[in-house]
Amino acid sequence: MEITLIFWLVPSLIMFCCGVYGFITRRNMIAMLISLELMLNSVDINFALFNRYLFPGQMEGMFFSLFAIALAAAETALAIAIILNIFRKVKNVDVQGLDTMKF
Amino acid sequence: MSPTIPILILAIPLFMFLLLGLLGMKMSHKLAGWLGCLGMGTTLVLAYCTAYTYYFGGDFVGANGERLMSVVFNETWLAFTDKLVISMGFMLDSISALMLVVITTISFLVHLYSLGYMEGEKGFQRYYAFLSLFSFSMLLLVVATNIFQMYIGWELVGASSYLLIGFYYTKHSAVSASKKAFIVTRFADLGFLLGILVLSFTTQTFDFAELCGNPTAQVTAFAGKTFMGCSLLTWALILIFTGGMGKSAMMPLHIWLPDAMEGPTPVSALIHAATMVVAGVYLVARMFPLYLWSFDATTFIVVVGAITAFYAAMVACAQIDIKRVLAFSTISQIAFMMVALGVASEGEGQVCHHGLGYMASMFHMFTHAMFKALLFLGAGALIHAVHSNDYTAMHGLRKFMPVTHITFLIGCLAIAGIPPFSGFFSKDEIMAACYAWHPVIGVWMSVVAGLTAFYMFRLYYLIFWWKEHKIEHGHKPHEAPLPMLIPLVFLAAVSCVAGFIPFGHFVSWNHLPYDIHLDWTIAGISVTIAVVAIVIATVMYRKENPLPAKMKALLPALWDWCYHRFYWDELYMFITHKIIFNGICRPIAWFDRHIIDGTMDAMATITNKASVAIRGLQSGQVQMYVWVYLIGALLLCGLGVMAVIL
Amino acid sequence: MLFSNPLIYFVVIPLLMLAGLSLCKNIKQIRAVAVIGSIGLLALSTVLLVKYLAMPPINGDHQMAWEGSWQWFPQLNICLSVGVDGISLAMLLLSSIIVFAGSFASWTINQPKEFFLWLILLSTGVFGFFISTDLFTMFMFYEVALIPMYLLIGVWGSGRKEYSAMKLTLMLMGGSAFLMLGLIGIYYNSSVDGQHTWNLLEIARNHAITPEWQRLLFPLTFVGFGVLGAMFPFHTWSPDGHASAPTAVSMLHAGVLMKLGGYGCFRVAIYLMPEAAHELGWIFLVLTGISVVYGAFSACVQTDLKYINAYSSVSHCGLVLFAILMYNQTAMTGAIMQMLSHGLMTALFFALIGMIYGRTHTRDIREMGGMMQIMPYLSVCYVIAGMASLGLPGLSGFVAEMTIFVGSFAHTDTFHRVFVIIACCSIVITAVYILRVVGKLLFGPVHNEHHRQLTDATWWERLSTATLIICVAAIGCFPNFFANLIKPTFVEEIFKVFQYNS
Repeated sequence: MEITLIFWLVPSLIMFCCGVYGFITRRNMIAMLISLELMLNSVDINFALFNRYLFPGQMEGMFFSLFAIALAAAETALAIAIILNIFRKVKNVDVQGLDTMKF
Repeated sequence: MSPTIPILILAIPLFMFLLLGLLGMKMSHKLAGWLGCLGMGTTLVLAYCTAYTYYFGGDFVGANGERLMSVVFNETWLAFTDKLVISMGFMLDSISALMLVVITTISFLVHLYSLGYMEGEKGFQRYYAFLSLFSFSMLLLVVATNIFQMYIGWELVGASSYLLIGFYYTKHSAVSASKKAFIVTRFADLGFLLGILVLSFTTQTFDFAELCGNPTAQVTAFAGKTFMGCSLLTWALILIFTGGMGKSAMMPLHIWLPDAMEGPTPVSALIHAATMVVAGVYLVARMFPLYLWSFDATTFIVVVGAITAFYAAMVACAQIDIKRVLAFSTISQIAFMMVALGVASEGEGQVCHHGLGYMASMFHMFTHAMFKALLFLGAGALIHAVHSNDYTAMHGLRKFMPVTHITFLIGCLAIAGIPPFSGFFSKDEIMAACYAWHPVIGVWMSVVAGLTAFYMFRLYYLIFWWKEHKIEHGHKPHEAPLPMLIPLVFLAAVSCVAGFIPFGHFVSWNHLPYDIHLDWTIAGISVTIAVVAIVIATVMYRKENPLPAKMKALLPALWDWCYHRFYWDELYMFITHKIIFNGICRPIAWFDRHIIDGTMDAMATITNKASVAIRGLQSGQVQMYVWVYLIGALLLCGLGVMAVIL
Repeated sequence: MLFSNPLIYFVVIPLLMLAGLSLCKNIKQIRAVAVIGSIGLLALSTVLLVKYLAMPPINGDHQMAWEGSWQWFPQLNICLSVGVDGISLAMLLLSSIIVFAGSFASWTINQPKEFFLWLILLSTGVFGFFISTDLFTMFMFYEVALIPMYLLIGVWGSGRKEYSAMKLTLMLMGGSAFLMLGLIGIYYNSSVDGQHTWNLLEIARNHAITPEWQRLLFPLTFVGFGVLGAMFPFHTWSPDGHASAPTAVSMLHAGVLMKLGGYGCFRVAIYLMPEAAHELGWIFLVLTGISVVYGAFSACVQTDLKYINAYSSVSHCGLVLFAILMYNQTAMTGAIMQMLSHGLMTALFFALIGMIYGRTHTRDIREMGGMMQIMPYLSVCYVIAGMASLGLPGLSGFVAEMTIFVGSFAHTDTFHRVFVIIACCSIVITAVYILRVVGKLLFGPVHNEHHRQLTDATWWERLSTATLIICVAAIGCFPNFFANLIKPTFVEEIFKVFQYNS
């Protein structure tokens, strides 16, 4: 049996849905960040896959994946920094509890 | 006549006001006082010159021997339209020349008197500045060439009266008295203003020369115009007379005058006895040719005057404060003048009894100015001596203050109408005019004249006789200083001889010279009534006796009402405080704060509430946004799929 | 070319002042800039007044003096058009006098640099408004004058300043919204041939707005300006706003800014849409008639000096609009004179109240008394201001009110007559509240012994108040000069329309 595109796409979709589910349901910001990373990674996989299967010989998809990974790393660092700061201020990383700055 | 002297007559007091008002604080009391006297003295000389030129110069006599009206100068001050123009001018005719003499004489005497009376008072310079302002405004009023100039003078005398009544501004009573005086007269001025508007709008002129020079033309302008059953002319004249009622303290607008006695006594003599309060009489006299055409208006004047005269005389019988007695006596005497003016007219442009009432009114205005100023200045001397306004603090002062005593007695005799003092002659003419108009008015005014004699002598005896003066703390009452005695003696002398002036030669309704004939029957009746009244007063008050107390016990209600001035002040208090203040102003203020402002605030609140209500949507919860996004995206996808399928 | 027109300098001088202020290092320099600038404005308006009087009358055919126009937004034909007649000159003079007096009245304000920056920006708007003949530019300057008010009250005010500032700004902005609609409507109906214009002289010349449109646009513009003119029931920003504003701002606001309302009502609403004005004027006449007595009655029971004065302003400004709606030359002349008179005397009032408040730290008349013994100069000025307000001859209030009454009385129908009589009654009520304050505040015994140590006016306060008093007396003593300045500028054409219709 040849392993076609769909075999790769299904796990990626599952991963994405997990990310979405986690993002929506989790209240902890760290968990939400992890969910976000899941979604990003599933997208990265898709990029690499589509490049590999649809446009073999070209490298744009790969580059995009690499870029996204790098950006995700930076973004994670930033987010963690913010979360840490928030935690230091209010001893809480629950998104629903963070309404001091609202209204 | 060159306009220099008239301009100076107006300009000197104005200049003195500005000088003393702006630089007075830097001057010594003495300098300010003498400057004021000097200024007024100069004005006095100039006014006498002007009056002399007018009456005896011969330039102002017409072809039939009538005295002419002459506009010395008239400069446009404010032009409303081409025809309605306020000018500032100087009109000389028989009554304005008379008033020039009266005002400058009394004003100068008061300036002089105040040197003694106000000595050492705080604000001495300010006092003289206000006196000058008053003299200026009063002169501006009497020489007015048009009704609006008169109104301007009218307002200015009101303001200077306000300032002078409130001269002792640290006293609550003085402040509220000045406020009351201003507001009551302001209310009357509203009537005056409306009257001017009606009159000027119909006749298209403010000018006295046009209004009074040719009254028939003005009356035709009013022809056929009525309002609520009365002709418009009557309305206009009554409204204008309302202004006069306020200034001349006629019922029911008299309430300010007794309270105005809170001012320094010389001020009362000048403003509230001799000059400003007769402005109303002067106004009616000035517009007399028009009043002749409205019998309703003149009847109104007679009725108001007659009621006021009687009322004031009654009240004067029961007052304790000597200045209040004099104030009510002033009200009563001005009412005499008003009645006299009213009874001079028979309507339709016809005069009654040769227009005697007009002459009599002016005559009485002149003599009254002299003897009432005398009485007030005398009262000032008494107050200066005992530092109280109540006769209870006086009694038996004749030994201590002989000059004041004699001059005060002369004043009382003059006002009581005893020959040969001046009041007798002028009052007799008024009586003659009243009897000629209607006997009822004649009898009524005779009764008032009797009351006048009674209350004046009651006052006289209670001040100078009754019982021995009680000397407290070794303060012996002393005779007034010289600057105060000179005016007293001078005025007393005038009061003795003024009756013999052939007044008809100077003032008459049609400006033709006219010989006064004493009507001996009426004179006899008047003198008898006066003498009887004086005798009663003598019996009751010469020596301390229980008769007055018995009388009081006999008619307690009447005494009470008279003592409380028939509760007019309470009535006004009720109307102004309870009805206007609490009934109108407060609800309006409440309405403004709560309804109008409330509506605006409510609009803001509704906006606020609405935004609070919908701000939940903008929760900032990123997870909720994702939900919404997801659902939206799925819906869109669904729609897209369905679109493809269908 | 632009700078050869003298009117432009009414905007240029304030802008230069702004530049100068931003360079200032200390309070002395700030004061110097403010004083020099305001003297410059005063001199400019005086010079122009003298020149204007020497000119032959030019208003025959919707013309103005020193007209000029520079387009700055061609797509909508928006120009910087300037031009003045007697009325605008009188207003410019008034504004420059009050800016001058106001600069001295805020001599010792906190944070002077920022304060003066906003104040001068505000006066830029005011001057720009009065010189403009282009509706859009006029509106722009109008907004420039409104916005700084928010900060001036919100930062330098007293009492419930945030509330008042917000209320004032929002209500005036609400008025502006109406106004903007009205102005846009006028623009799109300004000519028959599709060549739309914002220039009000051209619009008046074209006379192209149909009566149907006028009926819609007239109320919009009148209410828009009427809000600023404190017309009942849109006046409630005035008591709170004035009460919270710092002295110079109250002076400028009551003295000049409220005049923008009256001026706009006349210059835009009635001048451009006479037919609708004639038809619908009675509605506003009722409202302004109410304003006149209502404001006066409300003032009778207030205890805060500034509230009293604010309600008194409602009454007096009501009289301005009332007279404008009488549509005859005498009454309208009276209206402009009342604007001048009210501007000066109310500025004087607010200056004095500010000075008294600065000393006693209270404005409640129940807590004060006997000020005449403590600060005679200020008290005498207060009495003079009061006398001007209640219409004493020789001061400005009298001539203005009398001109209004005499002019208004020319309407013979019962409706107008009744309202004239009601308006006349205000002279009595005015006397009541003025004398009440004077009696309580200045006369009587000293209420609070601590007040005895207070000092009388300083030289800058004396200068500020004396300037205003002299102007008040000048109008009161020589009214014909001002009447003649104002009168010829009432264009005959509007009156023709009214006569034709009636």
